[in-house]
Amino acid sequence: MAAALRRLGSAAHWRGFSTACQEINKSGIHPQHGGKATNLCSAINQALHIALESDPRSYVFGEDVSFGGVFRCTTGLVDQFGKNRVFNTPLCEQGIVGFGIGLAAMGNQAIAEIQFADYIFPAFDQIVNEAAKFRYRSGNQFNCGGLTIRSPYGAVGHGGHYHSQSPEAFFCHVPGIKVVIPRSPRQAKGLLLSCIRDPNPVVFFEPKWLYRQSIEQVPEGDYMLPLSEAEVIREGNDITLVGWGAQLSVMEQACVDAEKEGISCELVDLKTLLPWDKETVEASVRKTGRLLISHEAPVTGGFGAEISASIVERCFLRLEAPVARVCGLDTPFPLVFEPFYLPTKNKILDAIKATVKY
Amino acid sequence: MALSRLSSSSASRCVDLLINPLAAAAAAIPRRLISSDTTPITVETSVPFSVHNCDGPSRSVETTPKELVSFFKDMATMRRMEIAADSLYKAKLIRGFCHLYDGQEAVAVGMEAAITKKDCIITAYRDHCTFLGRGGTLLECFSELMGRKAGCSKGKGGSMHFYKKDSGFYGGHGIVGAQIPLGCGLAFAQKYSKDENVTFALYGDGAANQGQLFEALNIACLWDLPAILVCENNHYGMGTAEWRAAKSPAYYKRGDYAPGLKVDGMDALAVKQACKFAKEHALKNGPIILEMDTYRYHGHSMSDPGSTYRTRDEISGVRQERDPIERIRKLVLSLDLATEKELKDMEKEIRKEVDDAIAQAKESPMPDPSELFTNVYAKGFGTEVYGADRKEVRSVLP
Repeated sequence: MAAALRRLGSAAHWRGFSTACQEINKSGIHPQHGGKATNLCSAINQALHIALESDPRSYVFGEDVSFGGVFRCTTGLVDQFGKNRVFNTPLCEQGIVGFGIGLAAMGNQAIAEIQFADYIFPAFDQIVNEAAKFRYRSGNQFNCGGLTIRSPYGAVGHGGHYHSQSPEAFFCHVPGIKVVIPRSPRQAKGLLLSCIRDPNPVVFFEPKWLYRQSIEQVPEGDYMLPLSEAEVIREGNDITLVGWGAQLSVMEQACVDAEKEGISCELVDLKTLLPWDKETVEASVRKTGRLLISHEAPVTGGFGAEISASIVERCFLRLEAPVARVCGLDTPFPLVFEPFYLPTKNKILDAIKATVKY
Repeated sequence: MALSRLSSSSASRCVDLLINPLAAAAAAIPRRLISSDTTPITVETSVPFSVHNCDGPSRSVETTPKELVSFFKDMATMRRMEIAADSLYKAKLIRGFCHLYDGQEAVAVGMEAAITKKDCIITAYRDHCTFLGRGGTLLECFSELMGRKAGCSKGKGGSMHFYKKDSGFYGGHGIVGAQIPLGCGLAFAQKYSKDENVTFALYGDGAANQGQLFEALNIACLWDLPAILVCENNHYGMGTAEWRAAKSPAYYKRGDYAPGLKVDGMDALAVKQACKFAKEHALKNGPIILEMDTYRYHGHSMSDPGSTYRTRDEISGVRQERDPIERIRKLVLSLDLATEKELKDMEKEIRKEVDDAIAQAKESPMPDPSELFTNVYAKGFGTEVYGADRKEVRSVLP
C-alpha cells in the first residue's frame, strides 16, 4: 500500500498559497526521498517531537496525550519535554480548543488533540466562531495562527457510529481555518509540521485506519510539505480521480484495476481541503475531460460537491461526462453495515467505467 | 457492619433455595431464614453518607433476605456477562467500541431497588448492566453486542447504544456528557405530566468536567425539575485520574446550589438508600447530585489494558476490600440466608444462562441490509441501491 501510494508524478510545483512553503528544505532534506520505514502513527509522533524541539513555545495537549494517547501517537513526548509542555486535559473538547485559541493568541504553538473527530462537535463553536474569525474581526490585531487541532477521522473497519465519521465538510465551510488530511506517513509528517508552523489555525484530520497499516520511507529530520497544493500521485489520460486521506489507497486500487481494462486514470491527492488547489485539479480535468471524486463522508453536502461545482464552472466545455461522486451513503455511519456504506474499490471501478463510457 | 435481625434463624438447611416462599411457616417451625423471605431486616451501611446542602438519609437500610439474594444473583449475572463480553470481543465476535461495567454493578442494582420502571434512566456508553437492571435479557444484550437482529436496538446500535423504551431506559449515548441535558429534558416532561416520576441521569467523573453538565444543572434547578444527576465516579476519566482532571474531585459538592450526596457505590444497599432519598427529594425540591464512589476493573474500553495509569495492586486491593458482589456474599452468609455451596451453585447456573444466551445470540441473523436505510427519518425514503456493488442510491420521497 505504501508503494502503491508512492508519488509517480513530476516534482511538486510551487504555488505559494501557504507561507509555510517558504521553509521547506531548509535543512536540506528532500521530502520525497530516503528515510526509514515508518508507520503513520510514528510519523505523527516524529513530527510532534520535532515541533516541540524546534520551538520552545509549543505545547501538545488533549485527552490522555501524556501517556501516549489512545493511538499511541504522543508516546514519549512527556518524557522528553516534560509535563509542562505535554499534558492531559479533562474530558472537555470545548475547553481544549478554547484554551488552545488563548494559548495561540499569546504567540504560542498550541497543538491540541481531539481524541476522535466524532468528538469535535462540542468544540465546533470555538473553532467556527472563535478561532476562524479572530483575525478578521479584530482587524488583524489578534489571531490564533499557532493553533493546530489534530484529530483521527474515518472508518476503521468496526468503529460504529461515534468512532468512524469524516466531518471534514463541516469545517470546509468556514473561511479562516485550514483543513488538511494526509494520505501516508511521509505526507503526514511533512504536512503536520507545515500546519503547526502555518500562521493560520488548522484542523488536521489523521486517517486512523492507516495509523499502523500505512508504512513508508520517512526522512528522519525536519521537513515540511506545502499546504494548499494538490499532488498528482498517478498520471493518466482518460479520467481524473480526486480524493484525500485513507480513501486514496482505495482509489489507487481501483485505478490499477481500471488500467487492466485499458482505462488510464489520473489520481490527485488534494491534501489541503481548505483553501484547496483548484488549479491542479482543473489542469488534470482539462487533460482527461472527466472527473470522479470519492470520500467516506455522506455524499450530500460532502466536499466532493464543492469540487464538482467548481470544476464544472471552470471546465464545462471540456467535460465529456457528468462529474461522478462515489461517497458514503446518506445514512448515519453504520455499525454492522460498514462495508455496505463505504465507497469501496468496486463501486469506484464501476463509476470509472460508467464515466469513461458515457 | 451492624446487623439487626428481626426474625429468628436456625441451623437447619433448606436446600430448596428459591422455591420455598413459606415465610410464615418458616417462622412457626424452627428453621433457618430462607432466602425468599420478605421479612424486613435492617443493615447499616459501612460508610456514612457525605452530604452537601442537605441532611441525607439514615445509615440504616431496610432490606429483606429475598432482596439480598436477588442483589447477589443480579450482580453475579452482570459480572459474568461482562467477562463473557470481554472474551467475545477478543474473539472478534463483538466489533466496535466496548466498555465494560464490572466492578460498578452495585450502582445499577441498588438504583433499580429504589425506583420503579416508570422512572427514567439515561446513561453514557457503559450501558450493558444498566440495561440488564432495567429488565433487559441476556439474549438482547449479547445479540446487540454482536450486531444481531435479536438485539435490543435490532443490532443497529452495538455496545454503546442499548435502549429499552418499555421500562424507561433512554440509553446508551456515545458522546461524553451529552446525555445529561437530555436527561434533564426527560425530567422536564415528567414535571409536566405530574405523575411523580423522576429521571436518573448517569455520567462518569470524566464527564463531570464537561460544561454541558453545569448548563443543564442550572436549568434543572431553576425550574425545580425531578432530575437526579448520578456521577458514577470510578476515579478515571478514560486514562486520566480524577485528581489530574478535576480541581475538586468532590463531585457531590460541585453543584454548588444543588444539594449532593456522596455514596459508597460499591455497596448496593447504600446506593439503594441514596436513590430512595434522592427520588423523594427530587419530587419535593428539585435536582440533587449523587456521587457514587465506585471502581471499574476493566480498562476504559477494550483497547485500554487499564494498567498504564494505575497499579495492579490498586485494582486487586479494591477487588479484595470493596468488591460489591463479595460484600453481599458475606452479608448473605453471615445472615445465614444461604450456604456457600448454594451461592456457588447459583453462580454455576448463571454461567450456564450466560453461555446459553451467547449460543442463542450467535444463532440470531444479522439485520437485513435494507435496515441500513431505515430509521434515518421517521418515514422511509423508499431508498434503493443499485449499480455494481450498490454504488448508486435512489430515493423517493414518501
